[in-house]
Amino acid sequence: MTWLTAERWRLLVPAVSLTVLLIAVFWLQPRTMSYTGLNLLFNLAVPIALATIAQMLIMMVNGLDLSMGTFVSFVACVTATFLQTDPLVGALILFGCIAIYGALGVVIYLRNLPAIVVTLGMSFVWGGLAVLLLPTPGGAAPEWIRWVMTSKPPFVPMAIVASVIIAAAAHWLVMRSSFGVVLRGVGGNERTVERAGWSVLRARATAYAMAGFFAVLSGMSLVGLTTSADANIALRYTLLSIAGVILGGGEFVGGRVSPIGAVIGALTLTLAASFLSFLRISPDWQIGAQGAILIIVLALRLVLTRREARVAH
Amino acid sequence: MAAIKAMLAKPWIWSFVAAAGVWMVTILFTAGASTLGLTQAALTFAAFSIIVGLGQMFVITLGPGNVDLSIPSTMTLAGTVALKLMDTNNGLIAVGILVTLAVGVTVGIGNYTLIKLLRIPPIIATLSSSFIIQSTAIWYNRGIRIKPPRVLAEFTTASTLGIPNVAWLALAISIVAWVLLERGIYGRWVSAIGQNMRAARLAGVPVDGVRVATYVLCAVLAALAGFLLSCFSGGAALNMGAEYLLTSIAVVVIGGTAVAGGFANVPGIWGASLFLFLVVSMLNTYGASAGVRLFLTGVIIIAVIIAASRRLGEGSSTS
Repeated sequence: MTWLTAERWRLLVPAVSLTVLLIAVFWLQPRTMSYTGLNLLFNLAVPIALATIAQMLIMMVNGLDLSMGTFVSFVACVTATFLQTDPLVGALILFGCIAIYGALGVVIYLRNLPAIVVTLGMSFVWGGLAVLLLPTPGGAAPEWIRWVMTSKPPFVPMAIVASVIIAAAAHWLVMRSSFGVVLRGVGGNERTVERAGWSVLRARATAYAMAGFFAVLSGMSLVGLTTSADANIALRYTLLSIAGVILGGGEFVGGRVSPIGAVIGALTLTLAASFLSFLRISPDWQIGAQGAILIIVLALRLVLTRREARVAH
Repeated sequence: MAAIKAMLAKPWIWSFVAAAGVWMVTILFTAGASTLGLTQAALTFAAFSIIVGLGQMFVITLGPGNVDLSIPSTMTLAGTVALKLMDTNNGLIAVGILVTLAVGVTVGIGNYTLIKLLRIPPIIATLSSSFIIQSTAIWYNRGIRIKPPRVLAEFTTASTLGIPNVAWLALAISIVAWVLLERGIYGRWVSAIGQNMRAARLAGVPVDGVRVATYVLCAVLAALAGFLLSCFSGGAALNMGAEYLLTSIAVVVIGGTAVAGGFANVPGIWGASLFLFLVVSMLNTYGASAGVRLFLTGVIIIAVIIAASRRLGEGSSTS
């Protein structure tokens, strides 16, 4: 079993969980086993997957972004207002946001600040800006984003095509490119990377800016699906994205992340919500059952990571 | 001079300086008219953040990854269950308090069971359990808002010697927490685990016992805060704990406790809690809208953290 490397073991649990959940959904509601059905099931997975990748990039350099939900909400508000009425101004604002993320990476590194705290503060900043921009729900999605998100490619629904593209792009960026190795190295052992002659400052700024970029895409795609925005539209994304990374086999420290796993984790979380509504669980217990699914998947992971340890040695 | 220097070296001093600054600015704006009211309101609302913040402080001190995200849902569950059982009856107050403590103990043990048995990172374990706790509260509550017993409602809203009763309670709990942390073996153990869990284990610290006690302590304090808050505000609401998710973490960190664990700080929680409330009321006094208020709160939090931080390579890293 030489092809079964530790890295692949890491992916096995998320993949198995997703498959089991998908089979359960098909069994409960056979009509979902179609183009339209799959599209509906995974529609909202695209923005969540993008936010999960963004969170993963921050966790890769040993940070944690507690402002992900408010930031994606803010981006959604910008997309539904400025990007639709004055595309140039909107684009400038969004580029500015990515620059701010890069600057956060720099400040966190230079002042030796805990990322959790800085992003905690930023969550108030983004939340405030979003409320200022859209005090009441409204705005409209730009035509072209709407077109991209609702387009119907042959055979496979857009949501799945997009998820595969996101996973492949992030995998190449983080796992295959040489700069990705440096980035993961910063999470693993910062001093080693520095001694090897790489700029930790630049690596951190890049990781944060890339996270900002993916989070911007998340907000834009969300508006493409919902057609309008409000200041609280994506608040759940902070916790969802963290859970997605962990479900996908990532870890909080040490630069051990898996982009493909993260996307699968996001898909699993999206599917769990549909699964519960098909089970006709009382609305009172919907949230609780989501917690239970999270626990079950992580228990499964415990069983399999014990084997991973055996494979690795 | 040396005394001033020693004071400035204390990690908690900045939160008090910031709180005092904001207090002065607000008082100046209203020309002193609101001095008493503002101080009382600040002490009242800070008291709730202080109680949950103390629990979160012990958890965060256990080391990287240790954060309790189930505080809001525990607050909600304790408030709903206790108020429903007491059913506005003054004679059942003891039952209500016992149930509150029981909710806290159960949640704390449940959280640590997940962390230990499934080896889930605490942040994810408490996140998952918070969903289940929240659902239990929704199921138990059924959308009914029950008033607190009259005695409790009066106690939580009244003052003794000019200081709100809830602030006295928070002070008592803080003193106990300070003694536990600075004078007791428990505090040494928590800090030791946060600094290096392996070394602590090898040195004979009962790591699991201390960790489970810490998660129980945090949940019990959250339950107590939820109980007091629902009595204070005339009934439990399902979303009443929501704002304490970020607040509980923010007061710990602004108060000078190390986010990486190993170094806790009780006085700082007071400074930070007063500071956070005063910032919001200052912005209210200036007539800022909700958006501006949130935005400036964030900017001020970040500014305080940067001001209190050290440059890279300067001294030992305590942040």
